[in-house]
Amino acid sequence: MTTIDNLMIKVDKLNKSFGDLHVLKDVDLTVKESDVVVLIGASGSGKSTLLRCLNFLEMKNSGDIIIEGEKVEKSTHNLNKVRERVGMVFQHFNLFPHKTVLENIIEAPVKVKGVKKGDAIKEGKELLNKVGLGDKLDVYPSKLSGGQKQRVAIARALAMKPDVMLFDEPTSALDPELVGEVLATMKELAKEGMTMVVVTHEMGFAREVADWVVYMNDGRIVERGHPNDVFDNPKEQRTKDFLNSIL
Amino acid sequence: MESLTHFFNAFIDSYPIFLKGMWLTLELTVVSILFAIVIGLVFALLKLSNIKILEWISNIYVYLVRGTPLIVQIFVLFFGITKLIQMDAFWAASIALAFHNGAYIAEIFRGSIQSIDRGQMEAGRSLGMSTSLTMRRIVLPQAFRRALPPLGNQFIIGLKDSSLAAFISMSELFNIATTLGSAKFDTLTYLLIVAVYYLVLVLLLTLFVNLIERKLAASEK
Ligand SMILES: Nc1ncnc2c1ncn2[C@@H]1O[C@H](COP(=O)(O)OP(=O)(O)OP(=O)(O)O)[C@@H](O)[C@H]1O
Ligand SMILES: [Mg+2]
Repeated sequence: MTTIDNLMIKVDKLNKSFGDLHVLKDVDLTVKESDVVVLIGASGSGKSTLLRCLNFLEMKNSGDIIIEGEKVEKSTHNLNKVRERVGMVFQHFNLFPHKTVLENIIEAPVKVKGVKKGDAIKEGKELLNKVGLGDKLDVYPSKLSGGQKQRVAIARALAMKPDVMLFDEPTSALDPELVGEVLATMKELAKEGMTMVVVTHEMGFAREVADWVVYMNDGRIVERGHPNDVFDNPKEQRTKDFLNSIL
Repeated sequence: MESLTHFFNAFIDSYPIFLKGMWLTLELTVVSILFAIVIGLVFALLKLSNIKILEWISNIYVYLVRGTPLIVQIFVLFFGITKLIQMDAFWAASIALAFHNGAYIAEIFRGSIQSIDRGQMEAGRSLGMSTSLTMRRIVLPQAFRRALPPLGNQFIIGLKDSSLAAFISMSELFNIATTLGSAKFDTLTYLLIVAVYYLVLVLLLTLFVNLIERKLAASEK
């Protein structure tokens, strides 16, 4: 195995099936440090499944997943440890409703990493300030708007100091007027050099922030390239059709 | 009017002994329900373990308990187990009641755990938390809240079912009522009196469960 020093994720011939349904077919993907990769594709094309394989919420059937130079296998790795380095943000936020905003943030650092509670609170407050929610520390999630919830979820993932962040349609469940605040937080993160893999239908965000756009169709990666190339001069007919259908 | 006076006189005369019985009923109920909660939680987790043999063990337990009358379970424990292990009637009754209520509580917990969105487990695991840590810290506290109303209901059933301990000669409420009733050739009066004690206990239990529910609800606001 060769380790290229700035390679964050490398996926090699990844295959995943649910029963008879072959969802990911020989997927190859390379994500370098500080890359922002945007995954697009029709519903059911396997975008979520790919992300979930990358942090092992879903187990691949075959192929390699190499995270920061290490080929990760269920048999040889403590996957909980790997997930500490791979943060994830979900479409429906999945905040812990029985915990306050601050408790949501410090839960994993304290219980998993053994960070001292005082330190975790201090860092948690800084993160919440950063996402613009420094005044919501002691509020329960039910009292937040969707956009605020998603920013808390982002802060919660960041609290583990991950090396890469996965976003699965982070703005799809939001009212249109709340999409902007979440995208702004993500742009900020990208600017700081966070490595990100983002499934989204926000083409404006993709154009502005993405280093690479990857188009998936029926479990395969059909086309990949710089955003302007993919959006303005797609090589594949299927990409053209998809882009026409969403614009 | 005369019968009302009679009832009150009987009530006043008998209250010292009934209070003792009420205490025993409370002890039986509290001890058995506490064990039943632990038993119920264990069997609910076995059932949800995704390990076939453990699921089966849980299924068989629930089936056996639900499929046989409680009085049979109490007798089997009292006359069977006490032959093997030294055990007094109080513990025989408590254990029988605990395993009996445990089966129903297992079903309550199983339902409430399954009702928690699976995104909660995924969120915990995506943060590097293990499955068991996420279960303990994230899923179970929410599931417990959801289980409270049916649990309260089961507590009331458990309280009333403890009357069956009378049949292994525990001097709890019901036993006292029937004993006094036949001694004084006045069964109906003492059954009515014991009904009052049960109603009071059920009322207290209901208030207690409501209080916890409100406490927990308030902590989410
Ligand atoms: N746990 C599962 N069990 C069975 N089938 C599944 C499971 N998860 C996903 N699938 C199926 O796999 C296929 C790909 O699903 P996936 O969620 O990855 O698509 P997607 O590209 O994220 O779609 P969307 O845009 O709707 O989110 C779909 O046909 C879906 O029904
Ligand atoms: Mg999806």
